Amino acid sequence: MLKQMEGSRAVAEAVAMCRPEVICAYPISPQTHIVEALGEMVKDGTLSPCEFINVESEFAAMSVAIGSSAAGARSYTATASQGLLFMAEAVYNASGLGLPIVMTVANRAIGAPINIWNDHSDALSQRDSGWLQLFAETNQEALDLHIQAFRLAEELSLPVMVCMDGFILTHAYERVDMPTQAQVDAYLPKYVPRQMLDPGEPVSIGAMVGPEAFMEVRYLAHAKQMEALELIPSYAAEFKSVFGRDSGGLTHTYRTEDAETIIVAMGSVLGTIKDVIDEMRDAGHKIGVLGITLFRPFPLARVRESLQGAKRVVVLEKSMAVGLGGILSTNVRMALSGLHMHGYTVIAGLGGRAITKKSLHGLFRQAEQDALEPLTFLDLDWNMVNKQLEREKAHRRSGPVAENLLRDVGVVAARNY
Amino acid sequence: MSFQPVKFYQTGTFTVGNRLLPPEERSVQASTKRFNSINSGHRACQGCGEALGARYAIDAAMEATDGQVIAANATGCLEVFSTPYPETSWQIPWIHSLFGNTAAVATGIAAALKVKGLTQTPRTRVVAQGGDGGTTDIGFGCLSGMFERNDDVLYICYDNGGYMNTGVQRSSATPPAARTATTMAVGPAPGNVFGQGKFLPAIAMAHEIPYVATATVADLRDLEAKVRRAMEFRGARYIHILVPCPLGWGTASHDTIKMARLAKETGIFPVFEAEHGEIKSVLAIRRPLPVEDYLRPQKRYAHLFGKTPAVETIAHIQALADKNIRKYGLQARKGDH
Ligand SMILES: Cc1ncc(C[n+]2csc(CCOP(=O)(O)OP(=O)(O)O)c2C)c(N)n1
Ligand code: SF4
Ligand SMILES: [Mg+2]
Repeated sequence: MLKQMEGSRAVAEAVAMCRPEVICAYPISPQTHIVEALGEMVKDGTLSPCEFINVESEFAAMSVAIGSSAAGARSYTATASQGLLFMAEAVYNASGLGLPIVMTVANRAIGAPINIWNDHSDALSQRDSGWLQLFAETNQEALDLHIQAFRLAEELSLPVMVCMDGFILTHAYERVDMPTQAQVDAYLPKYVPRQMLDPGEPVSIGAMVGPEAFMEVRYLAHAKQMEALELIPSYAAEFKSVFGRDSGGLTHTYRTEDAETIIVAMGSVLGTIKDVIDEMRDAGHKIGVLGITLFRPFPLARVRESLQGAKRVVVLEKSMAVGLGGILSTNVRMALSGLHMHGYTVIAGLGGRAITKKSLHGLFRQAEQDALEPLTFLDLDWNMVNKQLEREKAHRRSGPVAENLLRDVGVVAARNY
Repeated sequence: MSFQPVKFYQTGTFTVGNRLLPPEERSVQASTKRFNSINSGHRACQGCGEALGARYAIDAAMEATDGQVIAANATGCLEVFSTPYPETSWQIPWIHSLFGNTAAVATGIAAALKVKGLTQTPRTRVVAQGGDGGTTDIGFGCLSGMFERNDDVLYICYDNGGYMNTGVQRSSATPPAARTATTMAVGPAPGNVFGQGKFLPAIAMAHEIPYVATATVADLRDLEAKVRRAMEFRGARYIHILVPCPLGWGTASHDTIKMARLAKETGIFPVFEAEHGEIKSVLAIRRPLPVEDYLRPQKRYAHLFGKTPAVETIAHIQALADKNIRKYGLQARKGDH
């Protein structure tokens, strides 16, 4: 049914239709609306049977999910940013134990300086945690990916992170096609755990493993993620047959046929990029975009296949490997190894910096002329940066960077990005 | 078998022989039908109090629930010595996740049982267990959260007064003056500082959870009775068991029970139980002893008994024990001997 609703609400309703049995919640913007909505559904009985637990930290949230999942309950939580880092030890533990927990990450920057707005630093910091990571482009896709995520997680006995851009998606009111409970029930089978804490059949979960088998345990985690590369397209196809729309999968291409320049990106910025590409195509430019839906496991073969016909690739990412450049671009580069083509990394939108069509037009045109630096920071205010660098040269005790920059910039709200 | 109302104790132990008790009063451990929840063959040090405490407590919990226990275990000696790959000593469903999240993992298990059972009172019960470091320090946030929500979990802390698994470092349960690898026996105030550290049973009581108790491995039937009592409640429960560690304390492995008994008899470790934040009973001291009797056999206090004994430090520890005796009403009762 078509409905106009907030992204968080749409995700909450989809998660509820997946019949989670234990939900743990700890508040952090911009994830709050999702768990609040679920909590209400549990409390008023629309989502039942389900235990909604208000925990005392994200570390506890993931730990409660570990316990409930190991005891055979379908388990869900959501977080973002500092919360994801606070639970990091348990994030690795959940995947190491092979527990099919589903978690929404409402992508947000990581401090310091503290910042509540969107980028992908939080989820990408956990890229090697052993979780599958899916990135939604729209609210519709966010909703749909959650339904696929439970199916995937439980089939593979691995946890899945569904990443959606904080505020840009979580707080945006958009039209979504809300599935029916019958459709979700038809798509998502009952959870049958591979391992379970059961007095009738006692097992020890989480025993110590030494050098004699640790490598094999880690390899199996990799092998399972490789399995996901096969499973995901078939689950997406099946999803289409039940729900009637394309959602999920490994990647999405847009106007890449005969494209000389291909942009690669993840998440909601794909919408803006597509608008720019439409305008440029109308003006005769041979340009397209590859959207990455599945970041872990990284679909190397698919990415290579999608990009190899182009002359140049521009990876535009809302994340950064300090001291190296990009994170997504490093992964894309691995997919392209051995191919001779121009590759550019563009860091954009950190901490909620708006990515405008105007800037993208300029950027893409520059790329087409191969006039881009290998590493570009989109719309970086060089004045601000240079002023601070000079200050640091001039005074030993130059003071806190964030405070200095804010002084230079004046009233933040008056800036017009 | 007929009951004889006679009090016979094994000399110097205060332990009544099982033979003199009616079968229903005999200890779980005395029965050949005990569960052996943590089976033999594990790799604890000889005389490990923690291994003993865990066996007593979990077997008693199994007995009280008709074998329906799931355990969550913190990282630490108990976890490491019981499950070295590819072996496990556990005969019960058991999970180890991390060092500091055991109470929360147990909350999750309890929630799953509740939702699966579709009733308010699932038959299977959840026990969480960890060392003093995993409980009083790194796991304290999760533990306090579990208490505050009154989740249906029995948490058992095996207190050996330090981070033993990593090589005997100080925890917030390390007693004053004790030497550890991080409270070295050097300088003007050798060993652990005075006036720091926490007594978690009192903090648990402040949460007003249904049941809090302390116990030692020296009083087997008291320990078992407390586990049984804990299982009569729903909601958060906490049992803090003093478990001497021959390796960390520098005691003979055959003196584990004796050290635990001395801790109780000197007033160093108060043994009591509390319901909803109020003390309900204490285990009285039978024969008051000076703290020196407890300290002297332990190498971690060796610096107190050098050429010039640290009289003031020993007096300070005595004063702390006396305070416990006053505060918890542990003084020996007439006719108890
Ligand atoms: C997050 C984290 N920090 C530190 C450690 C290292 N570590 C493992 S066991 C342990 C000591 C455990 O002490 P305690 O909880 O008192 O149990 P014991 O070994 O004394 O029984 C430590 C510090 C760890 N495993 N995880
Ligand atoms: S170090 Fe102490 S607690 Fe650890 S196994 Fe040895 S005796 Fe037991
Ligand atoms: Mg300890």
